[in-house]
Amino acid sequence: MREGSLLEMRGIYKSFPGVKALQNVDFTLREGEIHALMGENGAGKSTLIKVLTGVHVKDEGDIFIKGHDGAVQIRSPQEAQRVGISTVYQEISLCPNLSVAENIFIGRGKGAGVNWREMNKRSAELLDSLGIAVRPTQQLASCSIAVQQMIAIARAVDMECSVLILDEPTSSLDESEVAKLFKLMRQLKERGVGIIFVTHFLDQVYEVCDRITVLRDGQLVGEYEIENLPRVQLVSKMLGKELDDMADIKNDSAGYKDDGSTPVYEAENLCSTEGIKPFDFRIRKGEVNGFTGLLGSGRSECVRAIYGADTVTSGTVKMNGKPVKITKPKEAMKNGIAYLPEDRKRDGIVGDLSVRENIILALQVKTGFFKPFSRAKATEFADKYIKLLDIKTASVNTPIKSLSGGNQQKVILARWLLTDPKYLILDEPTRGIDVGTKVDIQKLVLKLASEGMSITFISSETDEMLRTCSRLLVMRDRKLVGELTGDQLTQNTIMETIAGGDRK
Amino acid sequence: MTKRLDPNGGGSVIAGLFRNQIFIPFAALMLLAIFNLVADPSFFAITLNNNSAGYPVLSGQLITIIDNGSELAILAIGMTLVTASSRGQDISVGAAIAISGSVLLRVLCGTDTRPETMQAPIIVGFIVAAAASMAFGAFNGVLVAYFRIQPMVATLILFTAGRSIAAWINNNELPIVPGEEFKYFGGYIPGIPIPTPFIIAILCFILTWLMLKFTNIGLYSQSVGINEQTSRLNGLNPELIKLCTYVILGLCVAVTGLIKVSRLSTINYSVIAKDIEMDAILAVALGGNSLSGGKFNMAASILGAYVIQFLTTTLYKFDVQATALPAYKAVVVIALVVFSAPVVREKISRLAKKLRAPKTAENHA
Amino acid sequence: MSTKAISGRRKGLLGNMTDTNLLTSITVAVFIVMYVCAVAFLQEGFLKPQTLFNLLNANAALIILSCGMTLVMITGGIDISVGGVTALVSMSCAVLLDKQGGDVIGAIFLAIGIGLAFGLVQGFLVAYLEIQPFIVTLAGMFFARGMTTIVNKDPFNVANEGFVGLKETRLIIPLLGSVNKKGNYVDAYVEIGVVVALLIVAILFVVLKWTKTGRNFYAVGGNRQSALMLGINVKRTTFMSYVICGLLAGIGGFVYFMHVGSGSPSHATGAEMNAIASSIIGGTMLTGGVGNIIGTLFGTMSLALIQTIVSSVGLDQAWWTGITIAAMLCIFLVVQSVIISRRKKKNNSSKESEVKESTNAADGKDK
Repeated sequence: MREGSLLEMRGIYKSFPGVKALQNVDFTLREGEIHALMGENGAGKSTLIKVLTGVHVKDEGDIFIKGHDGAVQIRSPQEAQRVGISTVYQEISLCPNLSVAENIFIGRGKGAGVNWREMNKRSAELLDSLGIAVRPTQQLASCSIAVQQMIAIARAVDMECSVLILDEPTSSLDESEVAKLFKLMRQLKERGVGIIFVTHFLDQVYEVCDRITVLRDGQLVGEYEIENLPRVQLVSKMLGKELDDMADIKNDSAGYKDDGSTPVYEAENLCSTEGIKPFDFRIRKGEVNGFTGLLGSGRSECVRAIYGADTVTSGTVKMNGKPVKITKPKEAMKNGIAYLPEDRKRDGIVGDLSVRENIILALQVKTGFFKPFSRAKATEFADKYIKLLDIKTASVNTPIKSLSGGNQQKVILARWLLTDPKYLILDEPTRGIDVGTKVDIQKLVLKLASEGMSITFISSETDEMLRTCSRLLVMRDRKLVGELTGDQLTQNTIMETIAGGDRK
Repeated sequence: MTKRLDPNGGGSVIAGLFRNQIFIPFAALMLLAIFNLVADPSFFAITLNNNSAGYPVLSGQLITIIDNGSELAILAIGMTLVTASSRGQDISVGAAIAISGSVLLRVLCGTDTRPETMQAPIIVGFIVAAAASMAFGAFNGVLVAYFRIQPMVATLILFTAGRSIAAWINNNELPIVPGEEFKYFGGYIPGIPIPTPFIIAILCFILTWLMLKFTNIGLYSQSVGINEQTSRLNGLNPELIKLCTYVILGLCVAVTGLIKVSRLSTINYSVIAKDIEMDAILAVALGGNSLSGGKFNMAASILGAYVIQFLTTTLYKFDVQATALPAYKAVVVIALVVFSAPVVREKISRLAKKLRAPKTAENHA
Repeated sequence: MSTKAISGRRKGLLGNMTDTNLLTSITVAVFIVMYVCAVAFLQEGFLKPQTLFNLLNANAALIILSCGMTLVMITGGIDISVGGVTALVSMSCAVLLDKQGGDVIGAIFLAIGIGLAFGLVQGFLVAYLEIQPFIVTLAGMFFARGMTTIVNKDPFNVANEGFVGLKETRLIIPLLGSVNKKGNYVDAYVEIGVVVALLIVAILFVVLKWTKTGRNFYAVGGNRQSALMLGINVKRTTFMSYVICGLLAGIGGFVYFMHVGSGSPSHATGAEMNAIASSIIGGTMLTGGVGNIIGTLFGTMSLALIQTIVSSVGLDQAWWTGITIAAMLCIFLVVQSVIISRRKKKNNSSKESEVKESTNAADGKDK
């Protein structure tokens, strides 16, 4: 091992039936550095992490860790913990039925007994020192997702690991929480911990990282010092082609004009059980608008109320000027509304069903229980959209769960486009998918709008919203606080509105 | 857990069959058939004899299998749907059959336990019994769908109480249905040499096929079983669909109850359809369907039911006592599930690769 | 941190409890209320401590089986072979003692051996070959029931002296006796099986609460994937739960055998369902991760008590027992489901305020 390095992976190979997930990948982590691991979906980031944490066992290659002679074998998460590798995953990997303190201490330490008092005391100290306001005795399930994520990090921190892996930890955190996390990461870095940081947010990489390793199609592209790799180059390395510049996508529509026509969808005093304040909303034909605000500001809850996904408690809704009742997803669908949900895995895909069945599902439900499509008809529908959206799948019979995240998202998009909606709601359609697909989806949104579809677009990335939307509705603390159009559509005004002008 | 083997395994017919879900029950059937063929070829003899009532009927071990396996196969239809949509099984079907049979007897015999003639037409009796067992199915369905209780636990209630309720309906009497025509359902219709239960089963299969072909129950129940949230956001009503599958199972139970009661013209509350829930669940599992819900293959389940009956009949033929039967069945079942477990299959294929590897190396050298 | 204290108080007593504690408390409360009602409205008999001890005597085996069942259910599995194993153990021990001339010690080892064998095989199949527990233990149950009749077809009583001595042994409990009709003082007693059962309850309670292995069972049941990521050996933990359950089925089988003193293929029919019902009434959830041994003890006792109550109010036809147990199970399940879903909703709506709280707290710190 070289001087100063904590971890070296050499010539790692890993394959799954039909896929070569990693081929001859090298990776080096030095003491006291934050090292970003970048790549598109399917590039092999997750596989590399899982090899390192013992979830998958590598086919070939060697792993060296400081303080251990020779190559170490990591065959299980326990072994990874033993050699000082801790991981915080994107999806919470804690046990919801146990208390916060137990989640921090389970699976660690020596001895057979559990000293509850000691454990709760140490947890309280740890949580206090990190500024996480939960009681150690609280059941984990009673904490919000963001807090659960913080607890997972607290656990990793407390394990005195030398290598800390953060696998997309920021995707469920809001800005202030991200800031806290970064502060924590820098603290750990000072102590000499090496951090592997996996994220999709380029801003965050440039804010906090020292080095970047880029993977593509299971192969190593290279390792770079952060100063030597400007953003544009990073993206081009990840994509493996010169950048089809994202700035090329421009909002061609001349901006939002209130032309006085009857809105396609109009709601007054709409409110649901999910704690949002009643809000008014309208959208016209061919308009692209968006809800923006911090995570947890209620933007998803608003569109869920529009679609009837949550229980609607009040409000009047008109479609094309006619009053309609939308309290269930089925009623929304009948009125030509389509909704692509935020959480793809939980709300979007039907994992074991084929791509074909996933594509026809919504239209099938709309058509009715007693009118199933023939297999040939369904295949025809599926093939059409696979071609149209360039979905990469082995066949229409492939189960959707074996597709990459971006392609799964396209399948769900296809499902809704097939129903020929008048009004399409896209909640975070670009989250967790690769840059190429992101661009595709943004282009598609603009194309659909130019063809007369009304679209509501939600994204955590303000850039995307600015490129696509002609009107932005700003949410703060579960309340609609502003509406931005035309010249107001700049990063600064959005930030100011989100932060709230009246704040001192 | 139905992980497909090796997706790039070539497109030959055999490989296709091997990958198909129906391969598992089919292979089991073949194994049993070969075993019987070697042990005693007369197992497969089918003869046409006059039965006690003087009609010519087919007889032989195979006929026994399709006769006695029919109840199981009919139940397997409902059980497959329930498994798919609610990610669990109904363990109360045996008890529900007792209730359904008891209701049928109550309607046909009235208050008199030894009536001279039937007190109501059979069809009326069946409709009432079907309504009762569908109501009990709905009870299970409501607990599972609306109260979100795990299916095995929810149906444990009826499992515990069912036979007691059945006894209570007829005040613990054992009424006997008079007349020959009631026996047709569990025996033979004069002039038709095929056992009626099998004919009823075939009718049920056709109805099921039509149901799967002309409604979306298949797609809906699978979708609900795999991802309930997504299903709801796509306009489905997961609770209603689960409830529906339990009601359909209730109907299957009623048909099975009719056959079971007809075989004896009476009922024994504690013995009728005993352990049939276990066999029905095994049929679903043997058909390669995941017991944790989602995708299903109806034909494989039905074939699985007959395989189980095949096994039972084979064991009887080898003079295994009825009470000891479960032990042998258990060994066979374990062997089957071990063989079809994804983990084991993966290990076997890896082992096969290793065995092949040195050979190719030698060839190269 | 004042924020924490406030939030803790505001959530109230119910909100503070873990699912496990909440469900256990309900069971204990229900048992006490039922017993008090029985004392108040039914015969004097319920006032005698011996009534309670008789409940224990008759259900010691069921308590042991339910303990094993609870353990397996906490890890998210199920074992329906326990009734069959009980019957097989009774029959095998009976044959050993009566026909093979074995002694009691040998019988105890045989019972434990049979139980362990079932646990080991089933545990291996479930944990390492990843076969669904329901199927595995269903086959286990079939196998045990079938083997019972293969060992010996007909029921018979055991006359082995050593065994009868053990069976008749009664442990006198001082001061809790009562005066019978003739005016003589009758000692209160329990059978040996009760001591074994209570010992097992105590040991398992300690293991589940204060050892790492015990907490691992909960973690595995709560979320297998997470437990794996947290560095728990999920397969071994699952395996262990089945082995212990098998072992307890063996011991429970022997305790059952001590109580009935005979071997019969129809012994312990439906015991697996009673054990599952006891666990559920005791607050264990089949989804895993939630459950408590004390709850199971009270669950079993509630089940036994309701049967006694039903027969003492004159509903002594056989079917009433089945129907009342089912009704009780039904009520408990519905109550559990309602409580849990209401808590979930409450948690969801308090999410937002919590996030804010945590941010505020952090802000406060930064200043």
